[in-house]
Amino acid sequence: MTSALTARGLTKRYGRRTALAECTLEIPAGRVVALVGPNGAGKSTLLNLAAGLIRPTSGEIEVLGDTPACSPDQLARVGFVAQDAPTYAGLTVADHLELGRRLNPRWDHRLAERRIDDLALDPRQKAGRLSGGQRAQLALTLALAKRPELLLLDEPAASLDPLARRELLQGLMTHVVDHGASVVLSSHLVSDLERVCDHVVVLTGSHVQLAADLDEVTGTHYRLTGDARDLDELPPGAELVHSTGTDRHRTVVVRSALPVVGDRTQVEPLGMEDVVLAYMARAASPAPRPDSPAEAVR
Amino acid sequence: MIRFHLDAASGVAPYLQIVQQVRHALRLGLLREGDQLPTVREVVSTVTINPNTVHKAYRELEYAGLVTPRPGLGTFVTGSLAGDVPAASYVRLRAGLVRWIEDAQQAGLDDESVEALVHGTLREHLRVTS
Repeated sequence: MTSALTARGLTKRYGRRTALAECTLEIPAGRVVALVGPNGAGKSTLLNLAAGLIRPTSGEIEVLGDTPACSPDQLARVGFVAQDAPTYAGLTVADHLELGRRLNPRWDHRLAERRIDDLALDPRQKAGRLSGGQRAQLALTLALAKRPELLLLDEPAASLDPLARRELLQGLMTHVVDHGASVVLSSHLVSDLERVCDHVVVLTGSHVQLAADLDEVTGTHYRLTGDARDLDELPPGAELVHSTGTDRHRTVVVRSALPVVGDRTQVEPLGMEDVVLAYMARAASPAPRPDSPAEAVR
Repeated sequence: MIRFHLDAASGVAPYLQIVQQVRHALRLGLLREGDQLPTVREVVSTVTINPNTVHKAYRELEYAGLVTPRPGLGTFVTGSLAGDVPAASYVRLRAGLVRWIEDAQQAGLDDESVEALVHGTLREHLRVTS
């Protein structure tokens, strides 16, 4: 089975600024992927590269086994909704569907009309007069009616209220059940995605920190709390993710394939949100210099 | 038909919450052999959850011999957890529990204290009797 997305050494620079650095990644098909990280981490850059809207500075990216936007067929297989759900303010909802129908070879007009109907949107309404939630739903409808094999959604829920956010994600999950597309969703709000995703990619400071199935993420990360002296040495096979605290009391997040049992320290398995936050916190703290590895533990 | 609800703050994995809710319903006789579980699509469109999570929960219930998928029809209850305890016993015990809760509230215990007392006593009792 081909991957949904494969990147090897993928790098994008704008002048001196590096937006994405040496990104190597393999996202299996059939997953709902949460692409998470703070603002400016490179999430939009990665999605824009995957949609073929921009070209890499170096490295390679393949989407559904092909170069992004290399042919009309490849374009038809990928649906992309950019940040802030862009629509044409002067065109009506019906105009948008008509545009979609004429521009997309695999367009499913019945799906589009049924969705607009289910959402109780007035087809004669101009997109500029829709609420933020309705506009996001219209943009998603256009992407879904393309019947793509891969959907790329950049911060689809960021500007929506909690109810609109839930409705959007519900609509998306129902589509996944009905049509089985792969999905990559970016967000800086982790809690939104915890339930809907089954694969996680953490991106911070233009680097990939973690990429794994959700079961693996939640089953291999632990928080150890206790006396700093007991935590100087980590359990065998455990890899340090992040450490906070004082000289005496310390909290340490580790990744370990083996179950971790605490002797004199308290051990808790971590949920997705805590794991992601630990990787973000690690990236936000000053980078350890290569000549002093001990810095990483501080 | 059973409706699932997910508690995000519980710390229990969503698939496990679904498994537990089915097991509870079976134990209380709210679900019986022959009853149908909601389809994956129905669950996904009511509780905003990844479809694979529902599949995983249903698979686990299938391994436990409690449900059986019938292709094209849905997933049906084929096992039981109710045991030999008649439904009337549940009704009687539940009424007793309600009286006890009211008693506890009148004594000035808040919800959290009631829960703590129930869990603590149950754990203690199981430890002593096992």
